[in-house]
Amino acid sequence: MPRTILPIGPYHPLQEEPEFFILTLEGETVVDIDLRIGYNHRGIEKLAERQAYDQITFVVERICGICSTSHPFAYTQAVEDLLSIEAPPRAQYIRTIVAEGERMHSHLLWLGLAGHFLGYNTIWMWCWKLREEILDVMEILSGNRNNYAMFKVGGVWRDIREEDIPVVMKKIDSIIPTLEKLHKAVMDDPVIHARTKGIGVLSKEAAIDYCTVGPTARASGVARDIRKDCPYGVYDQLEWNMIVTHNGDVFDKVAIRIGEMFESIKIIRTCLSQLPGGDIECLVKNIPPGEGIGHIEAPRGECFHYVRSDGTNRPVRHKIRAPTFMNLPTFKETVVGGAIPDAAIVLAAIDPCYCCTERISVRDTKGQTVYSGEDLIKLSQKKTEQIKADMGR
Amino acid sequence: MNREELLQHLQERFSDAIVGVYEKSAKRIYIQIQADSLVRFAQFLFKDIGARFNIASGVDGRTQMEILYHFTVEDIDLVISLRVILPKTQLEIASLTSVFTAAHWIEREIHELLGVNFVGHPQLTRLLLPEDWPEGVYPLRKDYKEWDPNAIRDRGV
Amino acid sequence: MGILDHAFLKSLWVFHLATGSCNNCDIEILDCFTPRHDIERFGMQLTGSIKHADVLLVTGAVNRQCIPRLKRIYEQMPNPRLVVAIGECALSRGVFVHSYNCPLPLDHVIPVDVYIPGCPPRPEAIIAGLIKLIEQKKNPKDQPQA
Repeated sequence: MPRTILPIGPYHPLQEEPEFFILTLEGETVVDIDLRIGYNHRGIEKLAERQAYDQITFVVERICGICSTSHPFAYTQAVEDLLSIEAPPRAQYIRTIVAEGERMHSHLLWLGLAGHFLGYNTIWMWCWKLREEILDVMEILSGNRNNYAMFKVGGVWRDIREEDIPVVMKKIDSIIPTLEKLHKAVMDDPVIHARTKGIGVLSKEAAIDYCTVGPTARASGVARDIRKDCPYGVYDQLEWNMIVTHNGDVFDKVAIRIGEMFESIKIIRTCLSQLPGGDIECLVKNIPPGEGIGHIEAPRGECFHYVRSDGTNRPVRHKIRAPTFMNLPTFKETVVGGAIPDAAIVLAAIDPCYCCTERISVRDTKGQTVYSGEDLIKLSQKKTEQIKADMGR
Repeated sequence: MNREELLQHLQERFSDAIVGVYEKSAKRIYIQIQADSLVRFAQFLFKDIGARFNIASGVDGRTQMEILYHFTVEDIDLVISLRVILPKTQLEIASLTSVFTAAHWIEREIHELLGVNFVGHPQLTRLLLPEDWPEGVYPLRKDYKEWDPNAIRDRGV
Repeated sequence: MGILDHAFLKSLWVFHLATGSCNNCDIEILDCFTPRHDIERFGMQLTGSIKHADVLLVTGAVNRQCIPRLKRIYEQMPNPRLVVAIGECALSRGVFVHSYNCPLPLDHVIPVDVYIPGCPPRPEAIIAGLIKLIEQKKNPKDQPQA
């Protein structure tokens, strides 16, 4: 059978980062996938070496706009590990609240785009409308919609005002009914079941071999969550559940993210109701020579920072590992062997930053079929239509 | 197996390979090992202990290159970092891709940003840098200098 | 103003291009198209192909690998074309000004019509910027600089 090479990317009209996938097809089946990244490389590790410790939090915030709390969180953990200090309890609570708010907005964002990839633009609009409520909450708490600028070494920059707490509580409560409706709409829909169950399966062995993290690993039955296993912030003092499923397919990844949103609401509510008084930062005078490691659970998985100091006001080395770095190579397992209309949602399932699943430019026409433009996403949406028609909906 | 047992077991099993152990805190241990024992050390941690490979960090020093391989043992909340020191004259170390697939990308990254050669890696090609980046220029090294005469470094205000 | 210009400004189709950004500006652009901000009421729509686009929205600190691709995409764009730089990175590269992989600011690579500052700019700011662009094109004499 002639092979078709289908390049996806590097530019994708809908959103986010450019990445470049090269899919090799036999008929409709994907037989090989290759990735080319680097369209987003900005050399942040090198830039961090020329910044003072307090400035780095603002640089690492700009690694990823969605994880703009996770990276500063991991970085402050790393420097605090180097110094052997801990932030005061009130700061720990504030950090946890901000981190969970970010998790909610990130999961909603992903869910909306997953809906779009499947041809359900209604889900996209719903999720993003709901996400605005969470951004409002974050704006009340931190003053910013996206880059929160809350974290500093030894504490947080900004306190939560007492009069804001009831407002935030009310907003959070108002989110729950819509979220439940969304949960039911997604979980009970037979078309979504047909499109996502058994698609893009990542086995448990592969999940361990690739050292995947976060929801990608938990969907394959690897019960690991940094918040539970290596507690930081105040996660060990709160009641919440780690959500684990065992099939490793796209549906399980959706289920985990929706479940985690409800857990996040629970965590934010508990934290706000038992917010202790006291300082929000401890005094950090200078950073001695040494090394520190910080790792935290970002919405996409473990975020890992390593900081080496030589006693000056700038680090000698700052190594950053974002969760997608470990999750992205699993495409080789999940996409290969599947059908091409499923590739869009499988590529999006690990929440990579979605890139490129839409815009395609044909690079090689040696095979017979030539896909062009936004055919990939159209194929995906057409498959949903077909299933709908078959089900008589 | 708790932290003390694990550490004792490692010291007995790899007594010939361990150069030094530094216990930073209850949750962090740094172990300096001989470069040639890296693969069996990593194999033991990954396969027998069930540790998860976090990442490797390369650190450029004045006279030597350090590579730290970070592993997390989640059951006991412990991060073990294996430290390997390579002389600047011979930047070569065995690849860990035979032990776990997760090492593929990070070894490519260290190769292109710091210029370390990983022996036995199946595809040691560029990962992050563009195609027109000059050969032999490693941006994360301490002696990196701006090589592009056309680059503009002021904000234009 | 001819009929073509009139029609052109009535329905600007935008194409969005990230050139090494942190996603924040990109998400805020998408936010403009969702129910709360709903930029479609001004006739704007996201398009999937640069060949259908009237406006190119560029975000990010243009990195080395993106420069040739950015130029190519700009050349593929049909006339009349407008370019909008969104966010601090596209304006001056922000915190990435000294990065080894971001050698040039955006306006040294392709010409830019409107700059929208912010890190990230709020959706309201993006909408305001685009409306100013339309106003300026409608009455070029009234508003010398948008």
